[in-house]
Order: sequence, then structure tokens, then C-alpha cells
Amino acid sequence: MKIPASRRSTLQWTFALGLSLGLAAIGMRPAAADALESITKAGTIKIGIFEDFPPFASLGSDMKIQGYDVDMAEKLAAALGVKAELVGITGQNRIPLLGEGKVDLLLSIGHSEERAQVVDFTKPYAPYYIAVMGPKEIDVKDASDLAGKTIAVNRGTLEDTEVTKVAPPTADIQRYSDYAGVISAFLSGQSQLMVVGNDVGATILAKNPKIEPVEKFLLLTSPSDMAVKKGETALQTKVDEILAGMKKDGTLNDMAVKWLKQPLAKDF
Amino acid sequence: MGYQLDFGALAGYFGLFLQGLGVTLGLTAISASLGIALSIGGAATAGWGRRWARNVVLAYVELIRNTPFIIQMFFIFFGLPEIGLKLTALQAAVLAMTVNLTAYSIEILRAGIEAVAPGQREAGAALGIRPAEVFVFVVLPQAVANVYPALVSQIVMTMLESAVVSQIAVTDLTHVADLIQSRTYRAFETYFVITVVYLVLAVALRRLFALAGRRLFAGRAG
Repeated sequence: MKIPASRRSTLQWTFALGLSLGLAAIGMRPAAADALESITKAGTIKIGIFEDFPPFASLGSDMKIQGYDVDMAEKLAAALGVKAELVGITGQNRIPLLGEGKVDLLLSIGHSEERAQVVDFTKPYAPYYIAVMGPKEIDVKDASDLAGKTIAVNRGTLEDTEVTKVAPPTADIQRYSDYAGVISAFLSGQSQLMVVGNDVGATILAKNPKIEPVEKFLLLTSPSDMAVKKGETALQTKVDEILAGMKKDGTLNDMAVKWLKQPLAKDF
Repeated sequence: MGYQLDFGALAGYFGLFLQGLGVTLGLTAISASLGIALSIGGAATAGWGRRWARNVVLAYVELIRNTPFIIQMFFIFFGLPEIGLKLTALQAAVLAMTVNLTAYSIEILRAGIEAVAPGQREAGAALGIRPAEVFVFVVLPQAVANVYPALVSQIVMTMLESAVVSQIAVTDLTHVADLIQSRTYRAFETYFVITVVYLVLAVALRRLFALAGRRLFAGRAG
């Protein structure tokens, strides 16, 4: 049946609109069961980690992901009696993924008031601090020196929110979708400075790049927590329990020495 | 407790949306103009240029058409500085989009030019019109009229592909969406709105070009 052009375009429009609304309707899904129960029943816990975030997670030469977060995930899963399924996440999509149940737990997430509205945090499991880094030649001593400079940062992370808060209006903040982008921008000279965790800086230095990142000033000390979907108190309490156990029997300290190259602070 | 839709959370970011929209439209406008202009030169070279020039153009077209746009863009933005050519994110975005559009448009235009009856060129030569003028005033308008829908499609595709420049921190519509989503955690609402905006943009662009086409090619076949 030949549909005339005018009718066809109306049809196309209605179809496109109907499809969009249909997808919108799918967004309103009913609630799910308690996370801890479903994890134990399924026998796997889906843990979201950054895939390229040394020393917490990075691709080893044997093409397997390894790091502090990977060890943490596996120990947690073992303590829960299930298998760990590692899911790669980015600074922007991790909280939506958690909300939709695509992951049960997030690692390497710093505490903030805005995030506390949408997720529940556990106790911290790794020390982490955020600093502005740049080459030796650039003189940057505090936030006001950021004026007029280009700064690379990972979108949606605490580095992003912190530097946006303190940077003067003439600072040009470039937001990349992952740490690889930030580091590429810095090493290629597209950004003069970058805001990353201290560990990332150390890892770059180890690779002997053209531009040596020197720590300019500390932005924020923000130990890494884990996060569960809001309301999943059973899972949150269990994870906190396991974490406390790991601190007590020294497992956490061993991991810190292995990956962060220094033991945990006494009061961690 | 299911997912509560809350479009109101996005209300405060309207200015940012407009900014992103402006950047996307601006990028498309510049790269489309440059791209089409360059592709006319490229198609002419591919048809009648010296052998070496023709090979260069054809090699360039094959390279661009057979590699992903995002890789081309990363190469220009992250790779070129290593050999001394540092472009800002906006410059790199325009360059990448133009280079990409030009390659595809050259192929489209070549097909259009081939579809113009050779009698047209012969008639032009018989009338004593210089070959370059025959190309510009006789062959080219007919060629463009032949492939007009395909060219418009390519421009719209470039506009949609421009979403990829968000990866090099250009504050286009997609980058703004990511930003808003990472601040409000309202992924569904944010991306729904952006999808609708791109949809409207694409349709509006096609309608606009269709209107322009009817004016430009009134009286010609197809």
C-alpha cells in the first residue's frame, strides 16, 4: 500500500513520538527485592570499579585487571560467600548504574553531601587525596593561581566538583570522560594542569613521561568509601562488618602496602 | 519504591542547555560550509586533476571513510601535539568534523557529477565556455541537484556525530547532558531531553534544507 508522502511523514512523527513515550513509560519500573538477599541467592555480587585508575585498578601486562579495588572486591565477595563480578564504570554513569541495580556496590567513591542524597556510604576503605598537578615550570601555589590556566579533570568525580568550587572564573576547566582522557590531555600539553589523586600522579611518573607531573597543592583529602543503593541497609551493614574485620586482622594494611606502597595511617 | 521521574531537577540548567545547543549548531554550521566547499574542490580534482592529485584525494577519502570518526578526532586532538601541532578542543572539533564531512561529500558529489549527461560538457565546450566555467555553472548545479538528499543526509549525520566531540571536552549538547546528569543524577530525564533536542534539530535541519533545495533547484529534474 503506497502511503502518500504527507501521510507518511505524519506516520513517522507519530511513530517516533510513540516510541519515545513508550521508552519513558518503561522507565517507571516497580521496586526490587533486598539487595543482600538477591546477591546471596544469585551467588554473585556485581561491583563497579574504574577500569583505568591505577593503582586501584589497571590493566596488567597479562591483560587482566588488577589493583587495590580488584583485591578488595574479591575479598568482599569471598567473605559474603559469593563470586565477584567486576563491572567497569565511569565517573558519570556509576550512580545511575547503582540506582538501576546494574551494580550492587561501588568502590572508590568519595563522600559528598550531594551523593549522600542518592546513595548510602560505607566506612572508608582506602586513603585518597586529590591534588592539582602540573609541570615543574608552571608556578601554582593555591586556587587563585589557577586563573587563566587550562585544567583537565575527570567529569562527575569529586575532583570535578572540588576544582569547580575553588577555581577562579578565568580558569578553563576541561572535563574528560575518564582518567585516560585527563592524562592524555595533560601529557599532550592540551591542558597545563590536571586534578587527580596522588596515586595516579605517581603511576604516571613511573612511566617516565615527557612532562613530569609535580604536585602543586592539595585540594581535598577524601578517603575512598564504598556505596550501595539508597535504602539497602542490610548490604551496607554487612559490608561495614567485613571491612572492620579486614582492618582488625591486618588484611587491609597488607593491601595498602602492596598497592599504595605505604601502610595505612594509625587512625584510619 | 520505583524510579520517580523528576524533570524539574533540570530546570536550573536551561542556560547550560542553550549554550550546548549553540556550540553544536555552530560546529555543524562551520564544518558543513567548509566541508561542502572543500568537497567540491575535491570532487573536481578526483575527476579532472593530475594523476598525483587524484591519488591523494582518493587516498584521503578511503582513509576517512574507513576509520571511525572518534579515532580521527582523538588523533587530531591528542596525537598531533606530539608532532608539534597543538589545536584547542574547538579547533580540533571543527577540523575533525570538516575532514570527515569532506571525505563523504566528495564521494557523494562524484556520483552526482557522473550522473550529469556528458552531453552537457560537450555542449558547453561547443559554445566556447571555458572548462572551469562549464564545471561551475553547468555541471555542478546539476550534480548537486542530483545528490541533494544524500548531501543533506550527510550534513545531518555530521551534526549527530558531533556528539562525539564531548569526549575532548568541547561543551556541546552531549557534554552538557553528561555534566547535568553527573550533578543531578537524573540520567533518564537528562538523556531523554537531549534525545528529543537532537531529534528536533535533525528534523528541522532536513526541513530547512528541503525548503532551500526547492528554491535552488526549481525547475530541475529530481
